[in-house]
Amino acid sequence: MNKQKNISHGVDLTVIWLYAILVLIGLICIFMVEYRGTGDWLSTFLNGKSSYSKQLFFAGLCTFIATFIILTDSKIFTAFANLLYAFGILLMIATFVIGKTINGSKSWIPLGGGFNLQAVEICKIFTALALAKFLSRQETDFTKFKSQAIAVIITLLPAVISVLQHESGMALVYFSFFLVMFREGLSPIVLIIGFSFVALIISTLLVEPDTLAILLSAVALIFIYLYRKTIKKKKGLLYLILFIWFTSVGIQRFAVPFIFNNVLECYQSARVYSAFGKDYDCGENKRSAKKSSKAPRKPDDYNVRQSKIAIGSGGFLGQGFLKGTQTRGKYVPEQRTDFIFTSLGEAFGFVGCFAFLLVYLFLLFRLIHIAERQRSTFSRVYAYSVVSILFFHIAFNICMTIGLFPSPGITLPFISYGGSSLLSFTILIFVLLRLDADRQMVLR
Amino acid sequence: MSVFNQSRSRVIQIIIGAVFIVITFQLINLQIFSSKYKLAAENNAIYRKIVYPDRGIIFDRKKRALLENTISFDLIVTPSESKGTDTFALCSILNIDTAEYKKRMRDAIFKNTRVKPSVFEPLLNAELFAKLTENMYKFPGFVLSERSVRTYPYNTAAQLLGYIAEVDTAFLRKNHQFGYEMGDYAGMSGLEKTYESILMGERGIQRFIRDNKSRIQGPYENGLFDTIPVAGRNLFTSIDVEVQQLAELLLQNKIGSAVAINPRTGGIIAMVSSPTYNPNVLTGNARRKNWGRMVMDTAKPMYNRAIKGQYPPGSTFKPLGALVALDEGLITPSYGVGCGGGYGACGGVYVRCEHHNPGHAANLRLALANSCNAYFSDVFRKALDNKKYGNTNQGYLKWKEYMNAFGLGRRLEVDLPSEDKANIPDTSIYNKFFGGAKRWNSCSVLTLGIGQDKMTATPLQMANIMCIIANKGFYFPPHFVDSIEHEQVADSSFMNKYRSKHTVTNISDSDYQAVHDGMHDVTIYGTAAHIKIPGIEYCAKTGTAQNPHGKNHSLFVAFAPKNNPRIAVAVVVENGGYGSVAAGPIAGLIIEKYLNDTISTVGKATTERVSNMNLIPEAIKNWYTRKDAERAERLAKLALEEASEKNNDAIEINHKSNTEPLLEPGSKPVEGKDTSTKIKLNTALLLGNDKRKKIRDLKP
Repeated sequence: MNKQKNISHGVDLTVIWLYAILVLIGLICIFMVEYRGTGDWLSTFLNGKSSYSKQLFFAGLCTFIATFIILTDSKIFTAFANLLYAFGILLMIATFVIGKTINGSKSWIPLGGGFNLQAVEICKIFTALALAKFLSRQETDFTKFKSQAIAVIITLLPAVISVLQHESGMALVYFSFFLVMFREGLSPIVLIIGFSFVALIISTLLVEPDTLAILLSAVALIFIYLYRKTIKKKKGLLYLILFIWFTSVGIQRFAVPFIFNNVLECYQSARVYSAFGKDYDCGENKRSAKKSSKAPRKPDDYNVRQSKIAIGSGGFLGQGFLKGTQTRGKYVPEQRTDFIFTSLGEAFGFVGCFAFLLVYLFLLFRLIHIAERQRSTFSRVYAYSVVSILFFHIAFNICMTIGLFPSPGITLPFISYGGSSLLSFTILIFVLLRLDADRQMVLR
Repeated sequence: MSVFNQSRSRVIQIIIGAVFIVITFQLINLQIFSSKYKLAAENNAIYRKIVYPDRGIIFDRKKRALLENTISFDLIVTPSESKGTDTFALCSILNIDTAEYKKRMRDAIFKNTRVKPSVFEPLLNAELFAKLTENMYKFPGFVLSERSVRTYPYNTAAQLLGYIAEVDTAFLRKNHQFGYEMGDYAGMSGLEKTYESILMGERGIQRFIRDNKSRIQGPYENGLFDTIPVAGRNLFTSIDVEVQQLAELLLQNKIGSAVAINPRTGGIIAMVSSPTYNPNVLTGNARRKNWGRMVMDTAKPMYNRAIKGQYPPGSTFKPLGALVALDEGLITPSYGVGCGGGYGACGGVYVRCEHHNPGHAANLRLALANSCNAYFSDVFRKALDNKKYGNTNQGYLKWKEYMNAFGLGRRLEVDLPSEDKANIPDTSIYNKFFGGAKRWNSCSVLTLGIGQDKMTATPLQMANIMCIIANKGFYFPPHFVDSIEHEQVADSSFMNKYRSKHTVTNISDSDYQAVHDGMHDVTIYGTAAHIKIPGIEYCAKTGTAQNPHGKNHSLFVAFAPKNNPRIAVAVVVENGGYGSVAAGPIAGLIIEKYLNDTISTVGKATTERVSNMNLIPEAIKNWYTRKDAERAERLAKLALEEASEKNNDAIEINHKSNTEPLLEPGSKPVEGKDTSTKIKLNTALLLGNDKRKKIRDLKP
């Protein structure tokens, strides 16, 4: 008893409670998707056949692993950070050989017994640890470009491998580490440029190319006019404005079409286009043209449309537990994994969704609070990594289900069905809790 | 060192908060402000199954069902779900080819969109239904849907009852407030149409939840929103099915019409338009086969001559002429004219009379009994040239007023759709025809007095006049439906017009009595003297309407018994000759059947004789022979083609010489007759129209 108290000493109980609540909500959501009112619900929970039963098993496994992590010494994580990272990268590369293709992406390692592990999910933890380790090194001066470049390489290496495995959604998550780096001193310019780039791509899709070019030119002219006095003194500003204008127009005229037609695959381009209510003509896509000579299929936004219908049908108070017609009718594809939010939205409506978002928000802010109270850089960087990863997952997933973002295939943390996902988030959180419990120790 | 970037924690929090706010706004937008997602969700997941109620039954006056409902099945398809259907199997069961299958699919998509169910094959017969139920698993997207179909146990009253048919777009547009949908059936003619709102009942809707593959998952909200179908309400009519059948039998092989009304209520006992058809040929699957033939038939079996046929009333009009003159005080019952075989007072226009013996028009009774043309021409002129009204034009208008009061030249508002009002011409017509109001006088329109000229009436109007005379001055608008099951306020307001007594001017009872006496004499020693009804004294008037296109039309109006009349009848037989020859016996037998409930031995013999009389005009007979020949030719051609297809390679060269001589005998007579048939045909089709201004026979 006494020993127990010692173990749990310093562990943030709020986060554990939030974690438990979220996992429970996840189980309920999966239950709503699968349960059809036949048979005793309790026994179907325990028979191991249904997804929610499996998820319950995963949750049990996660509890076990979480306890194990809490019981370990936090020094392990600093010590093994680089090694684990190397292991993760190896695992991802190994996937090319022993991997199994599920839903078009060859990123799964079969574990036997019907269970598969997605290496890229687990690798997030290792990357977070490795980044923390790198940034917390005494000799790392993050104001230097070289350090920044190394940090970027550490974070984006798994992303590149992931893209090669046709799992581009997960690759997107690795960009979340830029938030961490921003916190650690990366120039905000990088974030601003990133945001501007996304904004430019979106406006390219929404506005006619010529109109957009004229708009950009107009903006540039206005800036030149506003800063005409400064420009007289400093010619550099003029060149900067002209450079930005030139790059923007170049991106919107050539780079964006190039990305959609030559870099992305047809279905990806179509998804992005359909998210903004446009049709993408696959006939222009070079990659799909190379791959198959099949006639270009008209892309459809069936998934997102059904997802929006399901969430929209929830209304203010929702249709009620197990009463969602869209959920019962299996109208939303991939509902227990990527589109799990729809079952919640349909059953419990806006009130339910809002409450659910508040839980997430509370968790994220709590984790930021934890991050800021760390004394070691390692723990802080790691904590921010957890926050950023969770945030990216939540934001992308929910935005996808409500039609604000093209569907990249990212799971909703703790809620989506899937062992890999639940396990990786559990480890992420509990490693943080272990580090947090030892915050009084100065780690390197 | 680590505190150095602490403010950035705030920035990250703001970014996270901003994203969550954006998400929240989108959720508000989706879940609270857009109703379209709710609708889309319902369209997705809720399958509305329409449960058709039983249509109301129509009963005759002795509560015998004139029509009944039986269950039939429709094959319904939802095109978007029909992927994977074994098209070949389906086509072979339905005995159609793939082209037809594709065409029907296209039609279904065009009519009802891809995602809504449409009727693929309506009203399957028992054999098809059995075959399909066995194989339904092969046809995803197809379902069998129950529907009740009419059958007619008495094979009678087709034109009165009307038929039900699938609604079309025009119907949907017109009746959008009643919630019909594509594929529904509605009354398209006859009583089925007039009383559609009562007979249709209320459709029930069952809601089911279906999944993304359209499999039914169970009732939606445990059937909370389901509505139970309410059966259509029954109609109780005044039709007597036996009288109706008898009248149809008597009018077979004739073109014409008979109407029998109960003068006390205005309830129509029987209404026949011949040729008619067996209503069972237009129900269920038979409809598809027979519809085209019925529409194309030159004798128009679907045309209800009783309310649409316009015939000059001829001599049957004479009692009215007498009543007008009596009421205006222009004559008394003892008024007489000396008729020597015609009316010559008008110089240019000479109206011939059938009788030459002096004294046959010595008074009203005699004139009516002998149907003296001269007498009623004279009486008519008196009415028009009445000093009271100044001039002929005014006199004519007064006369027209009488006619309209008697129900001529206007609709009687019978409860059948598309009743015609026939024609009592306005003065403007004559002004135009003669070239001015001053250019014509009572002599110009003299033959109106004997029910000719431009005057026409429908058999229903003629029968209604008999009701008025029988009742001595009042009538109830003729109608079929006496009462409606569970009558509601709205129904009553519709029915009230049939229940309120309409009084026709204020002609005195004694005037009517004089006419009654005359009409009774018709049956004693007058023109209808040979038509006897066992045990019944009746009043009648024969009529022979001049027909410029062929043999005269035979007309007969009557009411019986003489005292306390219970039935009024009007019969028209086209090309039937004298009124007492064809129409008379028919009217007599109808009265006998209705009043005595049986037909005497003599009556049976008459029935036999009259029903075997064939008075179809030659032109129409020729049309039928020609059509038969064409059909035979077509069949022969088909048979030949089939035969030649079997071994076409062997006799391909000889194919032409083989078929041609065989076809010739069939095709030749048709070509030879063509022109003459056409002309005759046209004239036959004009019968009953008001285009006979020249009454050649009446001119000297």
